[in-house]
Amino acid sequence: MSETVVLGDEAVALGALHGGVSSCYGYPGTPSTEIMEYLIENSQNGPLASWSSNEKTAMEEALGTSFAGKRAIVTMKHVGLNVAADAFMNGALLDIRGGLVIVVADDPGMHSSQNEQDTRYYADFARVPLLEPVNQQQAYEMTREGFDLSERMGVPVLLRLVTRLSHSRAAIQTQPPRAENALNKADNKQDWMLLPANARRRWSSLLGRQKDMIAYSEKSPVNSLELNESNRERAVITTGLGYNYFMENKGELTDQPSHLHIGVYPVPEEKIRTLAAHVKKLVILEEGYPYVERLIAGLLPRELKIIGKLDNIVPLQGELTPDNVRPALGLPERNAAVASSMTLPGRPPQLCAGCPHDDTYKVIKEVQEELEESTVTSDIGCYALGALPPLGVPETIICMGASITAAKGCAEAGLKNVMAVIGDSTFLHSGMTGLVDCVSSGSDVTIIIVDNETTAMTGGQTTILPSSRLEQVVKGIMGDGEHILTIPAHRKSHEENKEKLRKELAYSGVSVIIAVRECIETARKANKKRS
Amino acid sequence: MKYDIILAGVGGQGVLSLASVIATAAAEAGFKVRQSEVHGMAQRGGAVMAHMRLSDGEIYSDLIGLGTADMVISMEPLESLRYLPWLSPEGILVTSTTPVKNIDNYPEETQVLEALKKLPSVCLVDDKALARDAGSARAGNMVIVGAASKSLPIDMTYLKKAVDKLFARKGDEVVQTNYKALDLGSQVS
Ligand code: SF4
Repeated sequence: MSETVVLGDEAVALGALHGGVSSCYGYPGTPSTEIMEYLIENSQNGPLASWSSNEKTAMEEALGTSFAGKRAIVTMKHVGLNVAADAFMNGALLDIRGGLVIVVADDPGMHSSQNEQDTRYYADFARVPLLEPVNQQQAYEMTREGFDLSERMGVPVLLRLVTRLSHSRAAIQTQPPRAENALNKADNKQDWMLLPANARRRWSSLLGRQKDMIAYSEKSPVNSLELNESNRERAVITTGLGYNYFMENKGELTDQPSHLHIGVYPVPEEKIRTLAAHVKKLVILEEGYPYVERLIAGLLPRELKIIGKLDNIVPLQGELTPDNVRPALGLPERNAAVASSMTLPGRPPQLCAGCPHDDTYKVIKEVQEELEESTVTSDIGCYALGALPPLGVPETIICMGASITAAKGCAEAGLKNVMAVIGDSTFLHSGMTGLVDCVSSGSDVTIIIVDNETTAMTGGQTTILPSSRLEQVVKGIMGDGEHILTIPAHRKSHEENKEKLRKELAYSGVSVIIAVRECIETARKANKKRS
Repeated sequence: MKYDIILAGVGGQGVLSLASVIATAAAEAGFKVRQSEVHGMAQRGGAVMAHMRLSDGEIYSDLIGLGTADMVISMEPLESLRYLPWLSPEGILVTSTTPVKNIDNYPEETQVLEALKKLPSVCLVDDKALARDAGSARAGNMVIVGAASKSLPIDMTYLKKAVDKLFARKGDEVVQTNYKALDLGSQVS
């Protein structure tokens, strides 16, 4: 046993390496990115670890590894699971052989995301188990345990992280590593082909295994119930980091409540009933949506009072904190003792000084000013910051890949001079299929691929195909080269770039302009490495 | 014994390496350490903040409660004001006086300094000048650590060891510069 200080994300990666993982796939997304980065860095001569085009392809690749009998891990952020949902929901019906752990990092508080969705609903939706660690140690242990559980139950297992855990550092104790599984292809191919007859059989098998999953959760030492016989008033249920904030405040409580912590799902119904029968009031502290709260409201007798997010005593929005759980626990609010009377201006993130996107946006902005009417849709990446002052160019930011398709919709609804801005990595993630749609219907859109030769926003991962290939990809889809042009995203070419954009806007049909210049951050890092 | 610190600054100022020097030193000195970081968007220039908790017992929460931090350390004066709600009445603010004015509506500098001087316990550091004296404009964050060291429950020898560990790769000159920055910072009253 040895002790190391790691991020929550790194604890998961170590858990996978020590848990005998053979293949690791993912797509970068804050706060999950560091799991794969650690795996890529620390798996030389060992398991395979690499980025995929998007979360769906990552999930399908991992299913392939599992089919071969080996252990696989897939990593993504919560909105990435939406992209992978098709493969995920169907994967739950397969006869999982090599353990498959799907790590999803949620972002309550939206530190760098478009929404707050709670991955526990997906576990319920697909009818598979979910493990939810409260600290780095558990993140390590649950990842290892996840593979075993997956093999034992024959299903993929979800591991849910949240930003606060992914990006916090603490020491963990590790265990000796386990060897990788031997190659052992699934013997019954009927269990891997989801034709209706097979799928119906697999679905009923999955439903049949629910009781085993509940029994597992009921027995798990993680789902710990502590009954205090002398306090029949109020009890507490915690999930995820709610546990930490409860423990943090526990010392101040005069009457120690009974406490059930839930970290293994499906929820342990018996333990919940035992706890509920013990008290008059139940306080529920969970990180994310009121998932357990809504679930158990139906399980429990009507007289029982439930205090939680549904009555807004625990905030429905954002992260839990050691402060905002206090009212639910009946503790006085803590206030700032020292304060300044000055009003402080916000300081939002900005494009780095000298960022290539800045030059491209200036071209777009100046051409827009000459036009009577125009629309710009943007995608997810550093360039989304072009929506903030002083640029303020994009008008929509929806989800990965949606700039091109939203632009198509805008143009087809009758808007003029519609431009879609998308990054190179995002184009390869899910922009390409949108381009196929545009070409197929001859939409009047001008697509500007801002190619900075990296996945910049998550820290500069290499794109899945080298940038030099982008033009060929676009040509492959568009057929001819006339309205495909590559321009330098540089101030020197400002006037020429404007002229080219004007011309493509005037053309009624699909145009693709690829504006190329390397991200200054990755260029700087590459320089440093060389010197 | 527990000691809670809020670390603040602007993206790109080296707040994370400042944090990592203190965390490494604290671990060497025998404390349990939990530290939440600010990741995410790779760009620079946004407000950043991290929580760091040192204790000789169990630490549950990664976040520090309002009004309970023993220290706020900031690499930027306006940012230091932003996190005052976390400071306990007995807590100390250690802050750089060098503004980063990458926003249009940055308040009057004198107004910011006035607000800082009104605080019950504050240590104002001209880290820019001291870093230059130490030999590198980039050592400002170690000047700030030096200034904080007088109130931290960590001995200077551990801080120096941490600098050693984190900067050794970059050569002896860098290590010496950072030592000097620590020393100059620790002399600020
Ligand atoms: S990280 Fe790169 S792409 Fe992102 S804002 Fe900075 S220079 Fe631009």
